Amino acid sequence: MAAETVVEPREPAIFDIRDLWAYYGEKPAIRSVTLKIPEKRVTAIMGPSGCGKTTFIRCLNRLHELTPGARVQGEILLRGENILEMDPVLVRRRVGMVFQRPNPFPTMTIYDNVLAGYKLLGIKLRREEADRIVEEALRKAALWDEVKDSLHKRGTYLSGGQQQRLCIARALAVKPEVLLMDEPTSALDPKSTAKIEELVVELKQSVTIVIVTHNIAQAGRVSDYTAFFYLGELVEFGPTSHLFTVPRDKRTEEFLKGKFG
Amino acid sequence: MKGLFWRKLKDRLAFFLILILALLPALPLIHILYGILKQGLASLSWEFFVHLSRPPGEEGGGVGNAILGTVMLAVLASLMAVPVGVLCGVYLSEYARGKFGEVVRISADVLQGVPSIVLGIVAYLWVVKPMGHFSALSGAVALAIMMLPVIVRSTEEILKMIPETLREASLALGVNYWRTVLKVLIPTGLVGISTGILLSLARIMGETAPLLFTAFGNPFWNLNPLQPVEALPLTVFKYAISPYEEWIRQAWGASVVLTLMVLGLNLFSRFLAWRLGGHGR
Amino acid sequence: MRGRRPKGLASPFRPLVKEGVMRIRDPDRVFRFVCWGLAVGLVALVVGIGLTLLAGSLPSLKTFGLKFLWGRVWDPVNEEFGALPFVVGTLVTSVLALLITIPFALSSGIFLAEYAPPKIAGPLSSLVELLAGIPSVIYGLWALFYLVPLVRWFEMKVGAPPFGLGLPTASLVLAIMILPYAASITREVLRMVPHELKEAAYGLGATKWEVIRRVCLPYGLSGIVAGFLLSLGRALGETMAVTMVIGNRSEMPQSPWDLANTMASVIANEFTEASRDLHLSALIEIGLLLFLITLIVNTVARIIIVRLEVK
Repeated sequence: MAAETVVEPREPAIFDIRDLWAYYGEKPAIRSVTLKIPEKRVTAIMGPSGCGKTTFIRCLNRLHELTPGARVQGEILLRGENILEMDPVLVRRRVGMVFQRPNPFPTMTIYDNVLAGYKLLGIKLRREEADRIVEEALRKAALWDEVKDSLHKRGTYLSGGQQQRLCIARALAVKPEVLLMDEPTSALDPKSTAKIEELVVELKQSVTIVIVTHNIAQAGRVSDYTAFFYLGELVEFGPTSHLFTVPRDKRTEEFLKGKFG
Repeated sequence: MKGLFWRKLKDRLAFFLILILALLPALPLIHILYGILKQGLASLSWEFFVHLSRPPGEEGGGVGNAILGTVMLAVLASLMAVPVGVLCGVYLSEYARGKFGEVVRISADVLQGVPSIVLGIVAYLWVVKPMGHFSALSGAVALAIMMLPVIVRSTEEILKMIPETLREASLALGVNYWRTVLKVLIPTGLVGISTGILLSLARIMGETAPLLFTAFGNPFWNLNPLQPVEALPLTVFKYAISPYEEWIRQAWGASVVLTLMVLGLNLFSRFLAWRLGGHGR
Repeated sequence: MRGRRPKGLASPFRPLVKEGVMRIRDPDRVFRFVCWGLAVGLVALVVGIGLTLLAGSLPSLKTFGLKFLWGRVWDPVNEEFGALPFVVGTLVTSVLALLITIPFALSSGIFLAEYAPPKIAGPLSSLVELLAGIPSVIYGLWALFYLVPLVRWFEMKVGAPPFGLGLPTASLVLAIMILPYAASITREVLRMVPHELKEAAYGLGATKWEVIRRVCLPYGLSGIVAGFLLSLGRALGETMAVTMVIGNRSEMPQSPWDLANTMASVIANEFTEASRDLHLSALIEIGLLLFLITLIVNTVARIIIVRLEVK
């Protein structure tokens, strides 16, 4: 059933996910998902709440298994390597993540927050190099102009939208290959949301983005590909323009018409 | 109507009874503070803080060695209790699942309830007896055991209050768990953890019973942890039950110093906790 | 594995990635193991304390057996040791102290939780807790110079032997010492009573006292009882203040005005002077007894609290 509605992307795939199952205790939250995620594109993961979207992307950087009782089965190939057999710490250096609520480290300055991926690992950087990384990451996150004069203030002094972009900068600073975003705008006002959406479209030049959203319009605005999840199954996957105009599965159609809420 | 009248009268009576009973115990407590200040402040002088005690019959002298000894005991005890206590707290908050965690928590609670004089006996049997003589170290061991449960439980509670998203933020950057604990969680909870440590310090600095047969007391200056050492509470005790007026006067003086130290630590930790509650972050 | 990765990637991480699993993964296990080891150490410490006391008591246990518990004679010179006078001394002073404290602690707790305006209640409670932190030896000093004359005056009035020292003084000073602790627990428990419950009672036209009496106190009863038990546990192990005012007489107290000794005070007085092994061992056995009694009292209190949390 799933096979005919899941389209292979035209671009080369960075993630090749094969028959993925994720469990909380005995209960499967993800059932047999097979999917290829194209490189340097924005892929939206969409679906009603409780459909396993978040669980799915938490599998992609192995955060899922930190939940007590959680378990993963199947294969997730990142450029051909199965990340489930890799050191999770290494996986997470290559697959960054931005969370629902902005979570800058409260004890650190803006500057240190951006460098957290280095500092927390005890990696010593030369001063110029550190400055360069901070500026580059903040520019990419479209935050540089707003904070360049207050780099040594606490990250928690920023507004919610700025904090979220700081978290994006923090994730970008370690130069990941993939950036996972778990409903990054759900805690933000419309103006900040628009900024983040612009940013997402811009960022795909340098990094692959997988973004979870329950907001249909947002998926339509930012993504090149869309995956529709329902009750832990991948119902449909394809180019966003196709999926939105001619959904192949009835459930996708109903969701797009707003029938699941 | 009569029913209502009686009920209201009873309500009033109960209020006054409670008010009186609630305020009465303030009398002795305030009188203690008054006694310490009145008797104690009079005997304070520069000499009192920096000098050794004099033999009975001679005027003057001080408790400098006891102040130094109390500080030394507190530092030694902290050196032992803080790392162990904080890491035990980390274990309970971050790693403990199921039964064993419960056993550790119960152990901490049991430890908290052990009378301090019993810990004195234990420190005597563990340190004094094998070494063959009394020492500051043995006193610090007893005090460290008293500090442990407070530090363990407060660290656990503070770490549990830190939102899960902060751990995930660090882990998602590819930071390993131990660095996440040491560089994200502990710094974030630092104020709360320090509050617990200060409270436990305040609790042990006034302890006398576990020092009677461990630190023992020493009329001279001593900075060697392997030798007996004087401590303020010991001084208060020894002088208070002595028959010499001059010594009794010094007992009051020593108790002002001790009370100020303990209350100061208490107040400071409360101040930290207050900042954590409303103002920090 | 490195071959497949794109070239320009994250130069500072190269060394980390190269050393891979060995360098990154093992510290996590080591850290976890250290934390676990220390937690095991904490449990071992408690067990060790019990076993050490038991081992130290062995000579006395072997010599006197269970008779130690009800032996009424404590005679270091002739090496005859019975703990009953001290057990009685401890129980009498602690229970008396608790009985004296209960009405005051209850009232203070009720006053702070229900009557005092929040602006005053907060600082006042902090003050009460601060007083609980005053070192025991200072309570002892104060009692020795202010409470003892007072008790002596009272004893002369009622025609009792005017020692000033003894069981009544020790009980009084203990009562004063545990009061702040018992009061603040009572307040905490009463503050946990749900607002809806109280409002429901007010809605039915109940007076404040009726709400306290019929709603708050019954709701918090087990918590308050647990709090009093924890206070009792403190009183049982309290050493210095008691040692300074109880008179230190190792005989069976004959009247409530008598001089006596508690388990803690006899240890404090005789431990450094005990030159013979059997004497020391008997003192350690008293320590073991004290450990067990406080353990039982505290455990009962904890069980009540755990049940409360489940509810």
